Amino acid sequence: MAMEDYILELKNITKTFPGVKALDKVSFNLKKGEIHALMGENGAGKSTFIKIITGLYLPDDGEIFFYGKKVCFTGTRESTDLGISATYQRSTVFPDLAVYENIFMGHEKLGNIKMLNRSFMKEKAQELLDSIGAGFNANEKVANLSVAQQQMVEIAKALSLETKVLILDEPTASLTIKESEKLYEICKALKQKGTSIILISHKFADIYSIADRITVLRDGEYIGTWNTTDIDENRLIEAMVGRQLAQQFPKKDTEPGEVIFEVRGLTKDGVFENINFKLKKGEILGITGLIGAGRTELAESIFGISKPDSGTIFINGKERKIRHSSDAFRNKLGYLSEDRCKTGLILNMSISDNIIMNVLKQYSKSLFFLKRKANEKAEELAKALRVKATSVYDIPESLSGGNQQKVCVAKLLALDLDVLIIDEPTKGIDVGAKAAIYEIMCDLAKKGMGIIMISSEMEETLMMSDRIIVMREGRITGEFNKADATQVKILNAAMVG
Amino acid sequence: MPVTTMIKMKQGKKRISFSQNRELVLLIILIAFSIIVQVRNTQYLSLLNISDMLVDTAVLIIISCGMLMVMLTGGIDLSVASIMAVSGMSTAMIMSSNPGIPPVIIILLGVMIGTALGLLNGLIIGKGKVIPIIATMGTMNVYRGITYLVANGEQITASEMTEGFKKIATGKLLGINTLIFITIVVAIIIYFFLSRYRLGRRIYAVGSNSESAKISGTNISNVLVFVYMVMGLLCGLCGVLYVSRYSVAQADMASGTEMYAIAACVLGGVNISGGSGKLQGVLLGAILIGFINNALPMLLISSFWKQAIQGVIILAAILINVIILRRSDRMLKKGRI
Amino acid sequence: MSIQRNTMIQHSSIKSMFFKREMILFYLLIIVNIFNAITSEYYLDVGGIMQATRVFLDKGFVVLGMTYVLMIGEIDISVASIIALCSCVMGVVYNAGLSLPIAMLICIGVGALCGLLNGILVAKFRELASMIITLATMSLYRGIAWILLGDKAAGGYPDWFTFLSSGDLFKIGGVGVPFILIVFIVFAVAFGVILRKGVFGKKLYMVGNNAETSQYSGIKVFNIRVIVFVIIGIMSSISAIFLTSRLATARPNVATNYEMEAIAIVILGGVKTDGGSGTVLGVVLSMFIVGLLKYGLGLNSICSEIILIVVGALLVLSILIPNMSQIIKQNTQIKKVIRSQKY
Repeated sequence: MAMEDYILELKNITKTFPGVKALDKVSFNLKKGEIHALMGENGAGKSTFIKIITGLYLPDDGEIFFYGKKVCFTGTRESTDLGISATYQRSTVFPDLAVYENIFMGHEKLGNIKMLNRSFMKEKAQELLDSIGAGFNANEKVANLSVAQQQMVEIAKALSLETKVLILDEPTASLTIKESEKLYEICKALKQKGTSIILISHKFADIYSIADRITVLRDGEYIGTWNTTDIDENRLIEAMVGRQLAQQFPKKDTEPGEVIFEVRGLTKDGVFENINFKLKKGEILGITGLIGAGRTELAESIFGISKPDSGTIFINGKERKIRHSSDAFRNKLGYLSEDRCKTGLILNMSISDNIIMNVLKQYSKSLFFLKRKANEKAEELAKALRVKATSVYDIPESLSGGNQQKVCVAKLLALDLDVLIIDEPTKGIDVGAKAAIYEIMCDLAKKGMGIIMISSEMEETLMMSDRIIVMREGRITGEFNKADATQVKILNAAMVG
Repeated sequence: MPVTTMIKMKQGKKRISFSQNRELVLLIILIAFSIIVQVRNTQYLSLLNISDMLVDTAVLIIISCGMLMVMLTGGIDLSVASIMAVSGMSTAMIMSSNPGIPPVIIILLGVMIGTALGLLNGLIIGKGKVIPIIATMGTMNVYRGITYLVANGEQITASEMTEGFKKIATGKLLGINTLIFITIVVAIIIYFFLSRYRLGRRIYAVGSNSESAKISGTNISNVLVFVYMVMGLLCGLCGVLYVSRYSVAQADMASGTEMYAIAACVLGGVNISGGSGKLQGVLLGAILIGFINNALPMLLISSFWKQAIQGVIILAAILINVIILRRSDRMLKKGRI
Repeated sequence: MSIQRNTMIQHSSIKSMFFKREMILFYLLIIVNIFNAITSEYYLDVGGIMQATRVFLDKGFVVLGMTYVLMIGEIDISVASIIALCSCVMGVVYNAGLSLPIAMLICIGVGALCGLLNGILVAKFRELASMIITLATMSLYRGIAWILLGDKAAGGYPDWFTFLSSGDLFKIGGVGVPFILIVFIVFAVAFGVILRKGVFGKKLYMVGNNAETSQYSGIKVFNIRVIVFVIIGIMSSISAIFLTSRLATARPNVATNYEMEAIAIVILGGVKTDGGSGTVLGVVLSMFIVGLLKYGLGLNSICSEIILIVVGALLVLSILIPNMSQIIKQNTQIKKVIRSQKY
């Protein structure tokens, strides 16, 4: 295809950061009116690539062409002027400002004596919102909107800029299935209008619903581009990971033992209601449901982060009150939180300090911290889990998602646990590392630990759990054994109740 | 401020109208308070006294308006009193040795001095990337030191001031006391600037989500320089007004003003991490503080009680605010399931 | 226009960050001493330097406490008011007839109580910044001091009380080593060792770096916050004792601007305001830099105003200069890349 037929083309882009080569001679092209997916494991270089397209980063080498003409971006201004705009993974809305102000930020409409023409902007903003079926007022304060609605504001903002190239970075990460489908329709409508879309996503549902072509990056290198119709999931995984993943899920054939943990009538007004379930020794209990069903809130209530309004928790038959994480640990209950970087790890502290955080008491002798003993234990645990780092004195910030998760697991294994709640065990972890985490989980179950696994991934839930509980809007709407569970039944319970 | 941005977004629920009606609540408190005092001392709500109180509070109101803009960007300015002092002291000395200079020029000089010092603050914070609390803590000391140097151990008393200068605080413009007039003009200008002008809204944006503001093309460092420069301008102006009002220029003048201004903003609902805060609230907050200060001697409460009462009021105000916010959050949650 | 910049915070491991700052402070200390020695022939008198410590070390106790406060990412601007209140309560109680040791104990108790109130408010109402809370209590505490004493003063202390701030504990080679210096060193070592090697210190680092994660990891963050504020409350009361001893009188308007100076010294010493990094050694070095500099300038009859300017400028420059050098480095790098791009 002649160069001029591509609206955007990048050739041999290279970008290096201190110590790491983020992109190595990556090439990419985008046709007008196409939806082009960019895939790859975490750390493959997708984010860096996008930042080069939007002008946030300067490439060390390589060329960028827009409609066949060479361009060089020294800032976001130039790319925005050309019609390239992006919605980022980290939300870029202004929570304290109104929707219309968010949409017009950067290109406000001025009226007499250089004052803002607010009525014009409000009207136009409402038009844009209605055109994507948003359903809320342009005058609303963004902080009052739900996450999905805020995302629509971002899309409306991109639209207001007469976008020619729209970049969506993990747009469905926090959306429910219904909300994701709405997003697909918006994308298809934009495609009709001639807007080109670059879509970054981990979810095959996104890719196979709307993408025309797929480009895969791996470790900063360009692997290949295919038409969506020409490649299936397995080959895509192979391209992203570099090898065939024979079996993602380890075999689990231990029989669960007696009940070691029970929740009765747990309620928190406005969040979850009348939760009852039992957990057996060596069992993996999957809790699934749509985002917003209240699963994480339930876990945090059990773990002692927040206080439930009523209900009781029984550990090994005895009623326990858990008001703080230290209570939970004392009762041999642990929690691996969903957001590793925010509540799981201290990114600026050494891996060693992170690992022994939960058990500081064991390494303290009359006010002093037993540094050497602690480091030894940390090394032992890190080695057992095969954490890929230079030493335990490194900081977890530089580790990949999978390795960070391993450090979190090590942190929990420093405790003596009977029950472990894991919230989204493989969120943001590349395909290769996922298998390792599953192995660890099955291993722990085999050793007799009861595991409650909160997951939004259907396959993971179906393959790993011995029993599955489905929640919807704070209530349990379904309970299945591994044998009876099917995708349809689970989705039904999750969406319809 | 990405972390606070995330917290704000997580809250995605409708706030029950307390925060919209905070100004109403402050007004009610002000009225209630005034009635209580009036009962004890019938002179309180007389036109003369109200006018007096407003004149006394004028400087605080103007400084608080400037502090509002600074706090909207998530910053703070501890050097305001010191800038006022440099401006007040310098202009007083110039005036006393050059009595021929008309008062308007004196005011202009004060404004220029203040703007220059504010500009320095802005450069250190905006371009030098020093965080506001440290930067202004340092300049607070530096500027105060300069004031002492300029004063050289002297004071400028009323007898050394020109009539025209003293008239600044006592004279009238269009029938209203000059100070009150200036305050009204400043408040109106800032109100329209913050709500109707692009740069004004950008100030909110910087405090609300600075990373995002940068991506949208706002030059954050320029916004910061601007905000601190304007603060300096207002301080420079107020320095002259202060000296005129009290008819004396001392090197330790106006100390503590920064805390009152911050208190006025906090009472008025300004978020210390930036991004939200209304001018109306700040005005009411400043007036409330100023009036309470004035009421105490009228209530025959010894001035020794002043500071403690102020502390209690600010503490009560911020705690009540939080408690009501939490209650409205809880009520919202109950409605969810 | 925004060009990619590397983040300001260097992601080197915490250890190397320590060393840099303390070495710079050490050099500064030496420079200050050399400067003082050159400009004044009286400076190199060890007895004189000891005298200087008597003057500025009363601040040292609250500075130590402030180190912990900033370490967990909070701030306490009410300390000067706590000092004033403790001093006044002690004076009032003593003049009312109680014995001085009891009065001193009550003084410490008041400090602890003030710190307790601060700590509980800060820990419980997380929506409010500690700056705002201590802004309110700052007025409240000093206000109570004013109510207690008005424009009177409370004095009449016995000689041994004055000894606390002006006396020598022992003599080395004819030079007296001040009692207050020894007490300060003991406290400083305790604070430093606990921070570096103690479990409590580890918890402070953790809470300062990421309070949420700490809460999820078995650390009672609420308790840590309250304890830290109680500690600084108590340290303020100790400062009050030494200050009152030096002034031989208690008034409600003492210790003005102490909070700013204390915070400035701690920040100069390398503790960042968002917490999680810094050392007691750095803070102690900074304390001596500022104290000796003031003393040296005083010897040259430079008025206290200039000293004010110097301290303020020192604070700002200590952060500005490293920042500027980083910014200039980044800018030249970026200019190089742009030039190579625009073939």
